[in-house]
Amino acid sequence: MTTIDASIAEMSASLRAKRFSSVELTRALLARIDALDGKLNTFITVDPARAVADAEAADAVIAKGDGGPLTGIPIAHKDILVTAGMRTTCGSRMLADYTSPFDAHVVDRLARAGTVLVGKTNMDEFAMGSSSETSYFGSVKNPWNLAYVPGGSSGGTAAAVAARLVAGGTGTDTGGSIRQPAAMSGVCGLKPTYGVCSRYGLVAFASSLDQAGPFARTAQDLALLLSAMAGHDPRDSTSLDRPAEDYSRLLAADRGAKPLSGIRIGLPAEYSGAGIDADVSKSIGEALDVLRTLGAVTVDLALPNVKLSIPVYYVIAPAEASSNLSRFDGVRYGHRAAAYADLADMYAKTRAEGFGAEVKRRILVGTYVLSHGYYDAYYLKAQKVRRLIAEDFRAAYAKCDAIAGPTAPTAAFRIGAKSDNPVEMYLNDIFTIAANLTGSPALSIPCGFDRNGLPIGLQLQGAAFTEARLLDIAHRFQQATDWHRRIPAMATA
Amino acid sequence: MSWEVVIGIETHAQLSTASKIFSGASTAFGAPPNSQASAVDIALPGVLPVLNRGAVERAIRFGLAVGATINRKSVFARKNYFYPDLPKGYQISQYEVPVVQGGALTIDTPRGEKIVRLTRAHLEEDAGKSLHEDYRGMTGIDLNRAGTPLLEIVSEPDLRGAAEAVAYAKTLHALVRWIGICDGNMQEGSFRCDANVSVRREGDPKLGTRCEIKNLNSFRFMQQAIEFEVRRQIELIDDGGTVVQETRLFDPDRGETRPMRSKEDAQDYRYFPDPDLPPLAIEDAWIERVRSGMPELPEAMRARFVAAYALPPHDAAALTADPETATYFETAAKSLGGNVERNGKLVANWILGELAAALNRDDRALAAAPVRAEALAALLRRVGDGTISGKIGKDVFDAMWAGEHGGDADAIIAAKGLKQISDAGAIESIVDDVLAAHAGIVAEFRAGKEKAFQALVGKAMAATKGKADPAQVNATLRRKLSR
Repeated sequence: MTTIDASIAEMSASLRAKRFSSVELTRALLARIDALDGKLNTFITVDPARAVADAEAADAVIAKGDGGPLTGIPIAHKDILVTAGMRTTCGSRMLADYTSPFDAHVVDRLARAGTVLVGKTNMDEFAMGSSSETSYFGSVKNPWNLAYVPGGSSGGTAAAVAARLVAGGTGTDTGGSIRQPAAMSGVCGLKPTYGVCSRYGLVAFASSLDQAGPFARTAQDLALLLSAMAGHDPRDSTSLDRPAEDYSRLLAADRGAKPLSGIRIGLPAEYSGAGIDADVSKSIGEALDVLRTLGAVTVDLALPNVKLSIPVYYVIAPAEASSNLSRFDGVRYGHRAAAYADLADMYAKTRAEGFGAEVKRRILVGTYVLSHGYYDAYYLKAQKVRRLIAEDFRAAYAKCDAIAGPTAPTAAFRIGAKSDNPVEMYLNDIFTIAANLTGSPALSIPCGFDRNGLPIGLQLQGAAFTEARLLDIAHRFQQATDWHRRIPAMATA
Repeated sequence: MSWEVVIGIETHAQLSTASKIFSGASTAFGAPPNSQASAVDIALPGVLPVLNRGAVERAIRFGLAVGATINRKSVFARKNYFYPDLPKGYQISQYEVPVVQGGALTIDTPRGEKIVRLTRAHLEEDAGKSLHEDYRGMTGIDLNRAGTPLLEIVSEPDLRGAAEAVAYAKTLHALVRWIGICDGNMQEGSFRCDANVSVRREGDPKLGTRCEIKNLNSFRFMQQAIEFEVRRQIELIDDGGTVVQETRLFDPDRGETRPMRSKEDAQDYRYFPDPDLPPLAIEDAWIERVRSGMPELPEAMRARFVAAYALPPHDAAALTADPETATYFETAAKSLGGNVERNGKLVANWILGELAAALNRDDRALAAAPVRAEALAALLRRVGDGTISGKIGKDVFDAMWAGEHGGDADAIIAAKGLKQISDAGAIESIVDDVLAAHAGIVAEFRAGKEKAFQALVGKAMAATKGKADPAQVNATLRRKLSR
């Protein structure tokens, strides 16, 4: 074994060069999970036997000289993407023992690409949270400081990638659930354009916002994973039928010292100033300097309606969630209360026991905003404002190729610090939500550390289907910096 | 002061697609419980709906048949409520913008034709079934029906009484079968009606408070339920009470409606557009494709039968009750040929008379009738050209029905020697024999008993085993007796 810090691209090269086998790589990472995950709690389920079997199959493919860039690469899936033969809990007591009879589309596509499935990662219950603290299976810890949250809701994958337990994996992003934990855990995460990855097998939180995407330690690896995950799926009516895209296609070109020449980076006034931690502002400022050095020009912008993102999101997402989570009624699968008086009591007890506090809070909010007499004032108005926000971005993308800013207003916070104040917790998503409301792609890459040694993320957003360009900008940034190469101390132990 | 009854009908017509509206599972009736429920139908975590275009095509067909607007963009919405046989906890339906809007249906009433306006028709999925028997205090859930496509057809409150309501339901039932969008099987629940019933004083412009009677699955029950409900409401108001808006169920054993739930219990369904399904877009080309495949509609066909075959409107209506009968009629009439007007009436009489009676007697569907349209035409050709009488024709028909001589009319007529005797000399000699043998009857006739004449005709027919041409026998007897 060479180094635990290898990227997917580097691991893939080593596998092809027979420096080590997929089985050796997989066993090494399983050993790291054994050693470290007791402290981190990033995995809900690990299946070593299946992982080794996958790895053996991958080695056989590699031995024949077949396979692709992901063949034999161990990954982890967020436990909200269903996997046949491995339970899918959504971080909830409701599904603690649920195993799906089928694979999610993105799970299937990554399996076909030859990846090795190590296990399923911890998360906020049903992806509702920004800290990975609401899981029925306990909080995930930040590898940079175990007293801190890793962000959420995909905190399990983010922290596992940061701690070098896997080189990549999947998450889902409804309001920032990939990008915010990527930022807080010091790794890379991308939310694709809505419809690029099929939602079939992604247990729905808010259907019009949910999108699966990759986590990795480099932009190059994100491109490899996304190229495998993306693709039309006739089982998802919102899946886009577009020609297959190689998201790595812009990365290899040698464009000299100014590879970002001609790229215009938009800087919205709303993404700086009050409410943003000083260390975060400083790191973002330095990151923008790097982008300028690489040839990009920056353009000042205004997104006047973006400040309404949070109220709009916290109407639409709970509304859809309240309906999506109705199927968890104890009738056909999942948790059912042991004793009950009648049907209504069975529903009430089952759902009271099966769901945690944050999920219940959002079901209540969602039920309220959809109810008779309130629908127009909340849901309908939120949809109208959603269109106004989309208009702001459409206008902005006429003036720039990408919008840059902080992924989150602060670095990670202490576990428990915001648990009792949901509104303060919700404000964490201020910069990430708009990409979900508008369906456009966005990614987060590491760009520094705060005074507590916790990572800071740079968010790059673009118009629909500009993933390849966002990845190119991120890749050029990473060629000029080494924030993504930093390793948490606990992971080197 | 008299009362006016006001009724609107909501009908759930199960669309005849092979698979469900949002999944690929089969819609066939009667399979073992839960054997036709896919992952989508049982709402496993992570599944998504995909719209069956066959269901949309059938909705378009209906819209065209009733002259409605086909909305170029309609929206699927979620109707949220909890029930064990509703797997997702919501039903996918259409709420604010349905696929079909407006339109009308013409019905026959004792006071003539009446146009009933339609409000809308929308696509939705059916729920599963809760089975409360045979589970020792528990409830069984069968999700085979979950996701079966339904077209909910809503009428305006244009119906004025049970008879009109039933006439509307029957016309609608015939239409959905005619255009091939629903098998109309009411026992299996493929066509079920809810009736919204209210009463008001004649001349009162304001509608009375209505009660909805749910799940009427036969025309007889609909008639009984509405009649009971109208009586109940009138008696209630006459006694100084007021009608409470509620949902009621009809109990066929007791012949009465009973309250199921009141308006106060009405649920808040929290409708909102389903984010899993983009708005349903229907382009003009699709509508034109459907239009070009539409059969001739019963109303148009009825008018054509009256015009082309000179049929009485009542016969034309009976022949166009279903497409099978209409096709049978036209096939037989075309095969028979000749004078279209005379032969059309002859064919109509035989289909509505002998054929209908035989089908009824043997409890057979027209599709299973042993006498096909062409064979009936062959028989009627012999009746028409005088080879056999109408009366002998009935015997030949029975022999054809029984499959004798390959069901061939000419073969049966030849084998049984049934050819009509129309030779003037032969009939003359038969009449002479009858007059000679029955001098007593002849005397009675001469004494002024007109009945005696019929007796003599009967004797002559009997002597020929019915083969003599009755008209000729008549004429010959008159001639000879008048001498």
